[in-house]
Amino acid sequence: MKNRWIALYVENQVGVLAKVSGLFSAKSYNLQTLTVGTTEQEDVSRMTISVKADDVTFEQIKKQLNAMVEVIKVIDLTTIPIHMKEILYATVHGLDSVGKTEAFQIAEVFDRGGSVKICDIGGDTVLFECTLTENKNNELIALLKSRFKKVQIVRGGAVAVEAISRSNR
Amino acid sequence: MALNITGRKLFVKALKEEGVDTIFAYPGGMITDIVDELYKTEGIRVVLGRHEQALVHEAEGYARATGKTAVVLVTSGPGATNTITGIADAYYDSIPMVIFTGQVPLHLIGNDAFQEVDIVGMTRSITKFGVTVRNREDMGKLIKMGFQVASTGKPGPVLIDIPKDIQVTSGSPEYPDHVDIRGYHPNENVHIGQLKKAYRLLKNAKRPLILAGGGVRIAGAQKNLLEFATKMNIPVTTTIMGKGVMPEDSPLYIGNCGMHGRFAANKAVTECDVLFSIGTRFNDRITGELDEFAPKAQIVHVDIASASISRNVVVDVPVTADAKIALERLCEYAEAMDTKKWLCELKAWEKEHPLTMPKSKVGVCPQTICEGINEVFPKANIVTDVGQHQMWATQFIKLNEGQEFITSGGLGTMGFGFPAAIGASIGNPKKDVVLVTGDGGFQMNMQEMATAMTIGVSVVICLFNNSTLGMVRQMQQLFYGKRYEITDLSAEDGSYYPDFLKWAEGYQCKAIRVTDADGVVPALKEAKKNKGITLIDFIVSPDDLVLPMVKSGTPLGDMILK
Repeated sequence: MKNRWIALYVENQVGVLAKVSGLFSAKSYNLQTLTVGTTEQEDVSRMTISVKADDVTFEQIKKQLNAMVEVIKVIDLTTIPIHMKEILYATVHGLDSVGKTEAFQIAEVFDRGGSVKICDIGGDTVLFECTLTENKNNELIALLKSRFKKVQIVRGGAVAVEAISRSNR
Repeated sequence: MALNITGRKLFVKALKEEGVDTIFAYPGGMITDIVDELYKTEGIRVVLGRHEQALVHEAEGYARATGKTAVVLVTSGPGATNTITGIADAYYDSIPMVIFTGQVPLHLIGNDAFQEVDIVGMTRSITKFGVTVRNREDMGKLIKMGFQVASTGKPGPVLIDIPKDIQVTSGSPEYPDHVDIRGYHPNENVHIGQLKKAYRLLKNAKRPLILAGGGVRIAGAQKNLLEFATKMNIPVTTTIMGKGVMPEDSPLYIGNCGMHGRFAANKAVTECDVLFSIGTRFNDRITGELDEFAPKAQIVHVDIASASISRNVVVDVPVTADAKIALERLCEYAEAMDTKKWLCELKAWEKEHPLTMPKSKVGVCPQTICEGINEVFPKANIVTDVGQHQMWATQFIKLNEGQEFITSGGLGTMGFGFPAAIGASIGNPKKDVVLVTGDGGFQMNMQEMATAMTIGVSVVICLFNNSTLGMVRQMQQLFYGKRYEITDLSAEDGSYYPDFLKWAEGYQCKAIRVTDADGVVPALKEAKKNKGITLIDFIVSPDDLVLPMVKSGTPLGDMILK
């Protein structure tokens, strides 16, 4: 079982998201994340889907998605260079001044040109806003949980796009 | 510019342009405008069923007998939900069908209005395409899409939900000839390289076998299959849905394989070294235990839907293609193989365990009834319900060229048979229709007798009456220590309801009861003379078993033979 990525162009219509997600539940495929938004064409949406699957199942998922009338194109992102980001909000509660300092230091270390920042702050609370990769976000969450007692996490799914330069990943 | 027309008028226009001459309909509040429009329309026959589920099965029977796309029209809410079993049945057996449902007006959608349901959502996983028309201007395009999608590629049901206000709103009178669908490109060609690879594999085989499914019939490739198998001297086995795609009198045909397949056919699948499967999706009733399926074979899989390939059985050579096109190409370079030794082995297996039933202790032997049908109705379309009788029919009824075998293969829907037989007769009134049904399945849609008598179709109902739910009882007999829980349909004192002869009388329909072998052929002959519905109540022993049997989840080679 490996993590896989698919980008899906679909008709931007009522029910299409339900049909795509319904396929995963109906066939017992392990859907990890699914994000969707419109493209430069208003009547076309693009989904980014991550699944955990073996090779045979993953082939089937692609074929089944391709068979849907509403699906315009299926792109397997697993083996091609891509840019991928996931949005994450992490609220850390119950911080004293030392804890707050540490929170800012963590944000600074994880920051890659504006991809992590403390975007809000209260008496004993700070709010992280991150647009890292899914893996990097996992690392950040693990660190926050190991350092602080009360961490609240809100994650969006990942959005991915094919890289222009082949060396990017 | 042409004048605008209402949605209901466009609906009728669309049907006419699609060449629809018959629709299967049941009225209701949210569809009355279209119903009224049909009243004013000539050239479209509207068949009124007695239940929406049966209506869909009637449409299925019509589609299966004619090859045309069937059309169903029902109202919203319960009218729509009643169709769901039929839609699922059509989906699993790849039947081209467009189902139109009425819907509450747009402004009430989502308000839990009277008789509102999200039928598109409910049927999403059992339709090829489903949509609610939300804009009158899209109506023509969406109906065209529906017909295009239902009938092309791997056919299947499409549902188009039309809100009441859309039916009466005026808009463009245009009904397009064709719609470009960005995400829908049914496969029309075959990858010659893959096909040649498949051919080379077959050519080098010592024990080649063709497994043909319902896709061969859908593609109209029966003759091509016979030509290919004959040119290469390769034996052919079929699935239930594939029954009839190979002439039963061909020396290369070895019968159905699978859960209740012939001994020789199941042995052939187990022992073959190359399995050339075409137009089948390897349903578990065909494969038995997957890990043990065709254990010695390299497998070729030809299917029009690439999503069907390597889904259940991982194959060595996948070929995404229409069965007819693939077989036509293969016939171009097919050469005779020496398969004498292999064919002799198959004959020996057939001789070792020929397909035959022991004489029944009570009533009429099912084999005798099937043989009687073969004798009296050699050209009829055969329709079955679901249960033991269905398996006996697949085992003992011999199909000749031009005969359709209409059965619920994928979903296994009890109650399918009678309405499907009515639909088959509506679609092809010149042809005799023989329904093989059981007393359990028949009772699930027997109200359709009113439909049949009212519209005057001709169907011979061969009711295999064993007073039980036979297929489950058989499992209880073999695997559950004869604990016959809820499979006996009789009362404790042995009374049985209904008395089918008296019941038929209520419908003014001819009915005959047959209790011994001598009565089989005379009853069938009498039924043949009678134009209309004849019900023959064949009394069958509840202890008669369908054998061979492969227990679910066990290897195909492990057959229960006695």
